[in-house]
Amino acid sequence: MLLQKKNLLWVVALVIAFFVPQMITNPAYRQIAVITLIFTACATSWNMFSGYSGYVALGSAAFYGTGAYTMALVANHMHFAGNGDMFWLVPLGGLAAVIVAIPVGLVALRVRRHTFVVITIAIFFVFQLSAINANFTGGTGGLTLPYVPWQIENYHLPFYYVALAILVFSILLSVGVRRSRFGLQLLAIRDDEDRALGLGVKVFPVKLTGFAMSAFTVGMGGALYAMMQGQIYPQFVFDPMFDITIALMAFFGGFGTLLGPIIGGLVLESAQQYLTVTYSNGSLYLILFGVLFLLVILFMPQGIVVFVRDRMAQRQDRLESAAKTASSETPVAQGAHS
Amino acid sequence: MTELLKAQGISKAFGGVHALNNCSLSVEKGSITGLIGPNGSGKTTLFNVMTGYVKPDTGSVVFEGKDITNARPDKVFALGVGRTFQLTRIFARISVLENMLVATQREESWLRGLTRSMSSKSELDSAMEWLDFVGIARLAKLPAGSLSYGQRKLLELAYVLVADPDVILLDEPAGGVNLTLINEIGQKIRALNELGKTFLIVEHNMEFVMSLCHTVTVMHQGSDLVTGAPAEVRSNPLVLDAYLGGSDDDEIIEEIAHG
Repeated sequence: MLLQKKNLLWVVALVIAFFVPQMITNPAYRQIAVITLIFTACATSWNMFSGYSGYVALGSAAFYGTGAYTMALVANHMHFAGNGDMFWLVPLGGLAAVIVAIPVGLVALRVRRHTFVVITIAIFFVFQLSAINANFTGGTGGLTLPYVPWQIENYHLPFYYVALAILVFSILLSVGVRRSRFGLQLLAIRDDEDRALGLGVKVFPVKLTGFAMSAFTVGMGGALYAMMQGQIYPQFVFDPMFDITIALMAFFGGFGTLLGPIIGGLVLESAQQYLTVTYSNGSLYLILFGVLFLLVILFMPQGIVVFVRDRMAQRQDRLESAAKTASSETPVAQGAHS
Repeated sequence: MTELLKAQGISKAFGGVHALNNCSLSVEKGSITGLIGPNGSGKTTLFNVMTGYVKPDTGSVVFEGKDITNARPDKVFALGVGRTFQLTRIFARISVLENMLVATQREESWLRGLTRSMSSKSELDSAMEWLDFVGIARLAKLPAGSLSYGQRKLLELAYVLVADPDVILLDEPAGGVNLTLINEIGQKIRALNELGKTFLIVEHNMEFVMSLCHTVTVMHQGSDLVTGAPAEVRSNPLVLDAYLGGSDDDEIIEEIAHG
């Protein structure tokens, strides 16, 4: 019964998401919607590895950029026409990100906790610097993609639905992993990696697989972003703020929960983009974000989802115990209480 | 009886500290073997070497005739050597039942985990059976982090058992546990031993070791000092010396001497 109700909510959410572009017709806001979906998908995917395994990776922008550059380079060199065919390169961007993630993981996953965080950041900067300095990436000038001559009013519509598909994919992947033996092994690694090893969990292959899987969605997100923008620069697709953003989304909503990064992504990214578009001062959002995070960390350190879930469980407990007392007490005693 | 698990001439130094110094130990199939010795005599390090957590400098570990000296812990476990830790280690943020499931697939390849659900009916059943055996089945749905210390000890024993290992290494199963539970754990071990499980137990509680074990090995300064039946070991002057020399374990000497 509860499960059915839950599934119904997912369906309702999907239907609403489907009709959002009909409600928002301003191209600027539609673009916000697309970017929000991309970031939410990346946050969900990031959480599928980092949230479940406890390995907080702050170098995912390397995979985002890899996806974006794969899209740009392949579209240019294979002479893609500027039309919907380019969407076929989105999964290719994801695949390229996976191929890049495997050697990165082989190095970074040998260390744990803080060291792992630092190593992933360092590896990210290797990618950013390479993109800035290499010839085939166009250096700081970036790359221009084939021009997509769609009319501005409805330009973002196809991107919106592809982004939505990527988000749905990342959510399904996250659910699937959570329910699989593989997901259980990631959770065991989070709680006590050495103990898991001693219970037969092949921790290194499991970690590496999770790491590479999470790179796939991120790479697809980068590829879609590149196609939509039509022009990419190394400092924007290899952006250190990317990792801060998706990690904060996950922490804000609930680290290691399924719903957390989705809620965090939808709320934070749309708020950020909206503030940036509405107020000419582009860094106002940083101040508001700072305040918001202080509040969340102070009052709900485990994120919104866990906070709400705990409250609901407490309420349920109270109701149950109240019902129990009411039925066991005599009418006189009840009268005395009131 | 035949040797099931054997450590031979193990040495291990951490920096300048020789934790193990040409130490040998053998565990007969179907036995309960005890391993005692003063604090810092190398018992836990020997456990770590035998289960793949620490690589020895010299010496070899043999299980069922197979050399497992440098095998990783997951490999050692897959072959059939399970262990618990002195400081109980459980997966705190997943449920008790999920803790049990982590250990169920000891011989499965890691790719299989991607395509299968978290548990099968038979795995769930056997997990619940073992939880019931140690007496914490009613806690199955709770997060493991909410268990008391004694319950964690029982859970750790249960999730090692669920994988059906041939030999189980217990590091201080009675440490920090109340007397009733100590007796209960002792009974469980004896019952499992009758079903054919082999045990190697490190323990400071002498009464526990002496009443439970068939053979006892005493370690001192990283080497095996004496091996024999509990009664022989108890009266061996070398053992008394070791504990006397080992400084602060006066009470234990009394216990060894007088049972």
